[in-house]
Amino acid sequence: MRDAFVRALTALAEQDPRVMLVTGDLGFGVLADYARRFPRQYLNVGVSEQNMTGVATGLALTGRVVYTYSIANFPTLRCLEQIRNDACYHRANVKIVAVGGGLSYGALGITHHATEDLAILRSLPEMTVVAPGDAWEAEQATLAIYSQPGTCYLRIDRAGAGDPPPDGTTFELGRARTLREGRDISLLSTGGLLGQALAAAESLALEGIECRVVSVHTLKPLDSAAIFAACSETGGIVTVEEHTVIGGLGSAVAETCMESGILPRCFRRIGLRAGFSSIVGDQTYLRRRYGLDAEAIAAAVRDLLEGESNSTLGVAAIREPQTQRAR
Amino acid sequence: MLNGHSSPISSAPPTDTAELANRIRRHALRMTSIGGSSHIGAIFSMADIVAVLYGGVLRVDPERPDWPERDRFILSKGHAGAGVYAALAERGFFPIAKLDTHYANGSELSGHVSHRGVPGVELSTGSLGHGLSVGAGLAYGARLDGAAWRTFVVLGDGECDEGSIWEAALFAAHHRLDNLIAVVDYNKLQSLTTVDETLRLEPFADKWRSFGWEVVEIDGHDHRQLTEAFTSIPRRPDAPTCVLAHTVKGKGVSFMEGSVLWHYRTARGEEYMAAVRELEADR
Repeated sequence: MRDAFVRALTALAEQDPRVMLVTGDLGFGVLADYARRFPRQYLNVGVSEQNMTGVATGLALTGRVVYTYSIANFPTLRCLEQIRNDACYHRANVKIVAVGGGLSYGALGITHHATEDLAILRSLPEMTVVAPGDAWEAEQATLAIYSQPGTCYLRIDRAGAGDPPPDGTTFELGRARTLREGRDISLLSTGGLLGQALAAAESLALEGIECRVVSVHTLKPLDSAAIFAACSETGGIVTVEEHTVIGGLGSAVAETCMESGILPRCFRRIGLRAGFSSIVGDQTYLRRRYGLDAEAIAAAVRDLLEGESNSTLGVAAIREPQTQRAR
Repeated sequence: MLNGHSSPISSAPPTDTAELANRIRRHALRMTSIGGSSHIGAIFSMADIVAVLYGGVLRVDPERPDWPERDRFILSKGHAGAGVYAALAERGFFPIAKLDTHYANGSELSGHVSHRGVPGVELSTGSLGHGLSVGAGLAYGARLDGAAWRTFVVLGDGECDEGSIWEAALFAAHHRLDNLIAVVDYNKLQSLTTVDETLRLEPFADKWRSFGWEVVEIDGHDHRQLTEAFTSIPRRPDAPTCVLAHTVKGKGVSFMEGSVLWHYRTARGEEYMAAVRELEADR
């Protein structure tokens, strides 16, 4: 995904001298080519994220489109107030890029786990929040936020390439992308867990359970039409995110449904519930440990459908999972 | 009269920067008193700085607040926003009558300076430590564009407790932003007590110098010194300038001067009238 971002940014910088990349001293080996090719459109501000975001705002106010770049929580939480007051309030064309969404940097420890960023940035007024599900979406999202006025957040994951979409597939901010059709359950996924959601759907299909898989790459503005369609056309919704269940995709979907009165027949949020992870592990290990991988997603779907068929009332059952599926 | 306040100050343009400073103080006293807001001491301490800037140094055009070649002015100590609103109104960016809406329900003139709906305000501030970084970004952008405009950022001394100020100070010097000017309103008092008792800044000028800035120390109430400092920039090629302006908090009203009380206190009743009399006598 990171390479896809750099590729797209390079294409933008070639076309438009107003495009700038401002890094907080991160991107070793990744940004060197960009920096060499576009010295006037590149700035390493050093390890100073507050200053990075303020400088980016100033540059944006001179008519530039400025991408800030760092990893995990550094370009977001560390300088949250600069994002809120300086960038958002001034509708500055600052595009915040964080590499290492979720547990991408698992073994580096909790400082490097970006697991509340979506909730926090989603709550900022006049902010667009994008968490692409694969490399193609990351590239498309990089291009799309260039054209989106104002401040945007792009959360880049370590997820690999994924299958390229069929020719003619288009990417639009705020428009979720359906990758697989099914009527039994909708798996709504944001960010790099998309691959796990697809894998879960694959294995469930072998058991005769057909899942719709939707990449909700734009968390804000949310594609409410896709959510309502999932409510009315499928047997329920499972949200999937490498993020706390508080305030992220699952919350956003629940808010949208509750407020509109259009409810899924059943609903579950897959995400982090255990708080800080002080256990050392790479992303794959931690996903398994905290019940975010394909196997856990499939198990949640089975459990949910079973509960649904056992329900004597036959109405929407919104329940927490009984236990954490720690192994 | 508005609720026992002095008459609105007439809209005759000031003849010189001293007159402008006096008018800024009178407007701000009236605004904070009507609105019941704070920070009159912090406004008075920088009133001369703002008057000299808006009275002639800044290349701005009230008819074209978005003129691309304008100088940028940022009040980073946003709590003194009433002083900037007053200067902008005096320069004709918006009607002076609008000043009476300061701090009122439904108004656009918030207690901390805000740009939305207020022509001439470059940056909204209020949380300290933001303005110098944004100013540095503007200055960097101006240099990339080969533009001649300059960026002036007024900082408070207490504000320099913020680490982000020093991030920006490093950045501006590293990139030799000689089109960036930080003006520190050094009144030696912050929110609760003196700067010295809170978090010592001295040797303050040496700190800026050691960060790579060209420093000029002046009396921040002396208009000749202020004018000279602002019109001889850059004083050193390739270096940002720090104008360390020694000031007195509450300057202009005897019983407010040097008193930490007037960081938050609102002048009302007899205190208000006494302050008005002093400022009117000073015209």
